[in-house]
Formats: sequence, structure tokens, C-alpha cells
Amino acid sequence: MGYTLDFSVVWHAMPALLWGCVGTLGLALAGMTLAMMIGVAGVAARDSKVAWLRATIIGFVEVVRNTPFLVQIFFLFFALPLVGLKLNPTATAIIALGVNGGAYAIEIIRGGVQSIHKGQIEAGYALGLHKGQVFRFIVLKPALRAIYPSLTGQFIMLTLTSSICSAVSAYELTSVAQRIESDTFRSFEVYFSVTFLYLAISWLLMLGFAVVSHRFFSYPTR
Amino acid sequence: MTPHFGLAEFGFLLRGLQWTVLLTLVAFVGGCTAGLAVALLCTCGHRSVEWITRIYIGIFQGTPLLLQLFVVYYGLALTGLKLDAFVAVAIGFTVNASAFLGEIWRGAIQAVPRGQTEAAMALGLHYSSRMRDIVLPQAIRISLPATIGYLVQLIKGTSLAAIVGFIELARAGQIVSNQTFQPLLVFGVVGAMYFILCWPLSWWGSRMEARLSLASQR
Repeated sequence: MGYTLDFSVVWHAMPALLWGCVGTLGLALAGMTLAMMIGVAGVAARDSKVAWLRATIIGFVEVVRNTPFLVQIFFLFFALPLVGLKLNPTATAIIALGVNGGAYAIEIIRGGVQSIHKGQIEAGYALGLHKGQVFRFIVLKPALRAIYPSLTGQFIMLTLTSSICSAVSAYELTSVAQRIESDTFRSFEVYFSVTFLYLAISWLLMLGFAVVSHRFFSYPTR
Repeated sequence: MTPHFGLAEFGFLLRGLQWTVLLTLVAFVGGCTAGLAVALLCTCGHRSVEWITRIYIGIFQGTPLLLQLFVVYYGLALTGLKLDAFVAVAIGFTVNASAFLGEIWRGAIQAVPRGQTEAAMALGLHYSSRMRDIVLPQAIRISLPATIGYLVQLIKGTSLAAIVGFIELARAGQIVSNQTFQPLLVFGVVGAMYFILCWPLSWWGSRMEARLSLASQR
């Protein structure tokens, strides 16, 4: 085979690819924000006294966690216009990422809330703390500490999942790569390099999350 | 005249489902074999070998599955091998699965109490017997819920083979949807098929996890 690798096309396309990274991060950030909102609302609804609401949330979580993201985004892509939401692909992608991440966020947040023992809250009241203080010092911070690793892991997963949004041509790194590939026919070089851009993104995110965790969630040792 | 979503279309989706199941099985069996090697290398005690396997796992966990498939698919094409789409994606998923299963089993091997290994060494067992008879049977038990969880991920993941053009369930859904102009119905059915495949596994996995955590509390 007389094929010689030529990575110069990637080098020339680097500005476009870096903008694609920005698009990916924006998509992930918006998706995660929506996912958190769905997660918090979902946890509240899941522990409510209304039986059908509980069943709906449980059903939603099970369906989303047991079907592929690709099928979900295709379904939403065609279903959203029917309910009057005429959106561009990027907005559709954000909703799909939010819905998908939301189902996982519900499970993660619920685990965090359940990790706080009732006795801890009672002990707080016994010490004379008022409601707000109990929530802040006894429920919120330990719960955040408990869910932080899974939540940030989920965020990185969401960032990687956003590559599938190229299937509905949302603006992000993979769709930029596909455009460059179809211009230059250098499939391997482009996708190989872009894979390492994703690796850089997820390593940087991991590093950032570790720094935040160290700063805010490490137990005081002094 | 456009065809409606009828028996013929449903049969086409079922054939796609067959390919999804086959692809999953091939990738799972291949991934288990290679993953065991990764897990053993990762716990072998040689610093440099452990580092290299850690990096191997890190690369697969830090990049999107879709891009990994692209790289394998187009990379294999460059080597001049005339592989059909199934072989190419099967290789891609196998390599990916080896990293994820390797990581799961590394954790399980390290979760087996150290005293077990020490006792086996004290008995004079050598490495292969220590692993085969003492450590791995316990590690497999510990790792079973996570392994089943990964199997569900793998089934869902095979849908990405649709993007490189291999006709499995998701791609079959796209084709039928384009023919019938009934995307909601078609993708609803496709989603339901994936759900029927995945949900019993998820349920089994979480039940086993609950049982294992009860057992460890005793």
C-alpha cells in the first residue's frame, strides 16, 4: 500500500478543531446544567407521596438508562417538532444530553441524599442548630461530598457522549472533524488527532475537578 | 407510494437486532479474554507494566467510543486489509471492551483481601495457581454486578456501529424510518427492542449488587 500519513491537514485545520472543542464544552456544560435541574426535580418528585409521579420518574430513569443515546437523540430530533419545539440541531442535542444525563443525575443525587443518616440531622437539632444550619452543615455539604465524584464522572461521560450529537449535525468537535474529513479525505489522520483532543479535554476536566475537590471537599485534618 | 410500518419492516428491524446481539456477543467474549490479560498485567507487580496498562485503560476511558470506532475503522482500512464492516467494528468494540473490563477486574482483583494472596504464597503456591485457584474465583464474584453493568453499556454502545454504516438495530431503524416517514413509531420500536434486551440485565445486575452488599455486611 502506498498510503503515507499526512498530519499537516490536521495542523492547518487546528483553529477550526479548537473551536469545535469549545462547542463540545458548551454543549456539555448546557447539557449538564439541564441534567442537574432534571436531577433535582426528579429526586423531589421521586420521593413525593403521589404514586403516579413516583412511577413516572422510576420509569423515566429505567427507560433512559436502558436505551442507547443515539436512539434517544433520533427520537427527540423527530419528536420535539411535533410538540411545537422547532429547534436547531445544537439545541436538540442539548435537550437530549440533558434528558440522558438527568436520568443518571436522579440516581446519583438520590444516593447522596440517602447517605445522610437521620440520626445526624437529629443530632444537629439536639445541638441547637436551626433548620437552615442543619441543611447547610449536616445535609448539603456531606451530600455534595458524597456525590461529587460520581457527578463529575458523569459530566466527563456527558462530554464524551456529546460526540454522538454529530449524528444530528450539532456543532461540536466530532462534527467539525467530519466536515474536515470530507474536505480532505484524510479520515485516519483527522479522527486519530481528534481522539487525542478529547483525551486532553477529559484529562483537563479531571484535573480541574480534583483541584476543586481538594479545595472544598477534603476533610479538615487540623 | 411510501410503505407503512408493517410486518416486513418489523422483520428488517428484527434482523438488525440479531446483528446487535451477535456484535455484542463477539465483543463481550473477545473483550473478556483480552480484558483478563489487561487486568492481570495491571496487578502483576511490575511498576512499568502497570503504568503502561493504566495508560491503555485511561486512553479508552478518556475518549469517546464513537471516535475509537472511527480510528479503528479507518485505521484498519489504511493497512490494506480488506475487512468487511462487521469485522472492523467487532475489532473496535473488542479493544474497547478489553480496557473497560480490564479496569473492572483490576478493581475486583485488588478488592480480594491481601491475606488471601499472602496465605497462598505461604502455602508455596506459584503465581498461576494462586490466581486461578484463590484470587480469581473471588474476584469474579465481586466483579459480577459491574461486569453485567458493562454488558448493558456494550449493548447500547453497539448502536454507534450505525454511524460507520454497519446495519445493526439502530441503523436498521434509520433505514426504515427514512422509508416509511414514521420516525417516531420506528425509533419507539427500536428503543423498546433495546430496552427489552437491556432491562432484564440491569435488573439482574442491581439485584446481585444488593445481595453482595448484604453478604459483605454480615
